[in-house]
Amino acid sequence: MSESLIGALFVFVLASFAGFEVITKVPPTLHTPLMSGANAISGIAVIGAMVVAGPSLTSDNNFIVIMGLIAITLAMINVVGGFMVTDRMLQMFKK
Amino acid sequence: MENFLPSTIQLSYIVATGLFFLGLKKLGSPATARQGNTWASVGMLIAVVATLLDAGVVNYPMILGAIALGSIIGFIAAKKVEMTQMPQMVGLLNGLGGAASALVAIAEFYRLLLAGDGVPIPATVTAILGSLIGGITFTGSFVAFAKLQGLIGGKPMSLPGQKLINIFLLGLFLAGSVGLLIAPSSNIFLVITGISLILGLFLVLPIGGGDMPVVISLLNSLSGLAASAAGFVVMNNILIVAGALVGASGIILTVIMCKGMNRTLTNVLFSAFGGGATGSGGVAADGTEKSYRQVDAETGAMMLGYARSVVVVPGYGMAVAQAQHSVRELADQLATRGVEVKYAIHPVAGRMPGHMNVLLAEANVPYSQLYDMDDINGEFDRTDVALVIGANDVVNPDAKEDANSPIYGMPILEVDKAKNTIVIKRSMKPGYAGIDNQLFYRDKTAMYFGNAKEAVADLVSEVKQL
Repeated sequence: MSESLIGALFVFVLASFAGFEVITKVPPTLHTPLMSGANAISGIAVIGAMVVAGPSLTSDNNFIVIMGLIAITLAMINVVGGFMVTDRMLQMFKK
Repeated sequence: MENFLPSTIQLSYIVATGLFFLGLKKLGSPATARQGNTWASVGMLIAVVATLLDAGVVNYPMILGAIALGSIIGFIAAKKVEMTQMPQMVGLLNGLGGAASALVAIAEFYRLLLAGDGVPIPATVTAILGSLIGGITFTGSFVAFAKLQGLIGGKPMSLPGQKLINIFLLGLFLAGSVGLLIAPSSNIFLVITGISLILGLFLVLPIGGGDMPVVISLLNSLSGLAASAAGFVVMNNILIVAGALVGASGIILTVIMCKGMNRTLTNVLFSAFGGGATGSGGVAADGTEKSYRQVDAETGAMMLGYARSVVVVPGYGMAVAQAQHSVRELADQLATRGVEVKYAIHPVAGRMPGHMNVLLAEANVPYSQLYDMDDINGEFDRTDVALVIGANDVVNPDAKEDANSPIYGMPILEVDKAKNTIVIKRSMKPGYAGIDNQLFYRDKTAMYFGNAKEAVADLVSEVKQL
C-alpha cells in the first residue's frame, strides 16, 4: 500500500475515535439538531467536488467537470439547508 | 513563497476541522447547541473559501455559479420546510450529500482513467467504496424520503426472493470490483455504480415506517462515510476527518435508536418487521371480543381537569395530525387549574431521533417539561392521568409481559401504572408493527377516538368550561 494511503487511513481511524469521544452523551432533546448539524458537515464533499470541477472546460474533460459541478450544487444544498434548518430548530428550544 | 498558497489552504482546513469538532461537541448541550451549529458552519465557509485559492481550481464562473445555485435551493428549502416535515427533510439532505460524494468518487476515477497513466489500485478501491457508500446513501435516502412524505406507503416492501436477489447483486458487485482492479474500465465502473444505486433501494424498501428512526440515523452515518471515502479518492484530509466525524455521530444515534427498540441493527435491516404480523385484532385468547371503555371530550376533560398530575405521551399520531400546538394549549389550561403536566418522550417515538422534542419545542413547550423514559417511568404510579396521544407500540405492556410478543423486551413508557390512562387514537387499528395493544383493554384505560388535533382541541374547550 502506498504511504499516502496509510497516512489517510491513520487520519480516518483517529478522527473516528475522536468523533465517538466528542459526541457521547447527547440528551434526546438534541438528537434531531445533532443529526441535521452533522448532516450539514457531511456536505464537506463540496471541497472534493470543487477540486474535481476545478480545471477549465475542455472537450476531453467536460463530463468530469459537469459531474463535479452537479456535486457542488447537491453538496451546497446539503450544507446550507442543513445548517439553516438546524439553526431554525435550535432557535425554538427554550428553557 | 511557492508553498505559501498550498500551506495556507491546508492550515485553513485544520482550522475548519477544529471548528467542526468543537461545533459538534457544543451541539451536545442545550445551552451551547446553537453556537455549535454556527461554529461548524463558519468552518465550512472557511474550507470553501480556502479551496477557491487552490491552484487547480480555475473554473471560477461555473464553480461559483454551482455554489450559488445550491445555496439558494438549500436556503429556500430550509425556510419553507414545516417542523412536521423534518424527518423527510433530513432524509433528503442525507441523500444529496451521499450523491455528491459518489459523484466526486466517480469523477475522480474517470479523470485518472482519461489521464492515461493507469489507475493506481488504491484509487480504484477507494473509488469503488465511494460510489458504493454514496450510491446506497443516495437511493436509500430517497426511499426513506418517499416513505416519510407519503409518496409510497410506509409498509415494508420487498420482491419475492429478495434475499437471493440481494446476494446475486452483491456477487455481481464484487465480481465487477475485481474486474476493475485487474483492468480499469469505465463501463464496468458504470455497472457497479448502478448496482450500488439498486442496493440502496432494496436496503430501505423492506423497512417499515416505525423503524425510520434507525434508518435515518444509519443513512446519516453513511452520508459521512461516503464523504470520507470521497476524501480517500481525492486524497483530501478534511473530507476524511469531517466524514469520519459524521459517521461516528450517526452510528452513536443508530445505536441509541436500536436500544430504544431492543433490537439489533441487523434485525431492523433484514427482518422486514411489521406488515407480516397480524396480531389478534381485539379478540381474546378464548375467542371472545375483548371490550374496551370509550370516553368523550367532556368525560376526558373532567378526568384531566380534576387530576393533580398528568403525563402526556406523544407519538407519531401527534406529528401526523400536527396536534402539538393544541397539546400545548391543553397543558396551559391544565396548568392554570393547578395540574402538574409533564411530557414523557420515548427514544423512538416518531420517525427520527428526537422527533417529538422538535415538535414540542415548535409549540413553545419548555424542554425542562420533557422527560426521558428512564426519568419518567418511576413516576407513573404517582400519576393521576397518563394522556397517550397517537402513540401505540411504545406504551404496549406486552413488551414487558408477553414473551411471545414480537416487541417483547422493548423498553416502554409504563403508562399502565398510572391511575388512569386516556388514549387518543383514530380507531382500534393496531400500530405499524401490526401488534394488538393490551393497554387499550385494561380497566384503567379510556379510549378517546378521533384525529389527535381535533380531539385535543375538544378537550381544551371542555376543560375551559369546567
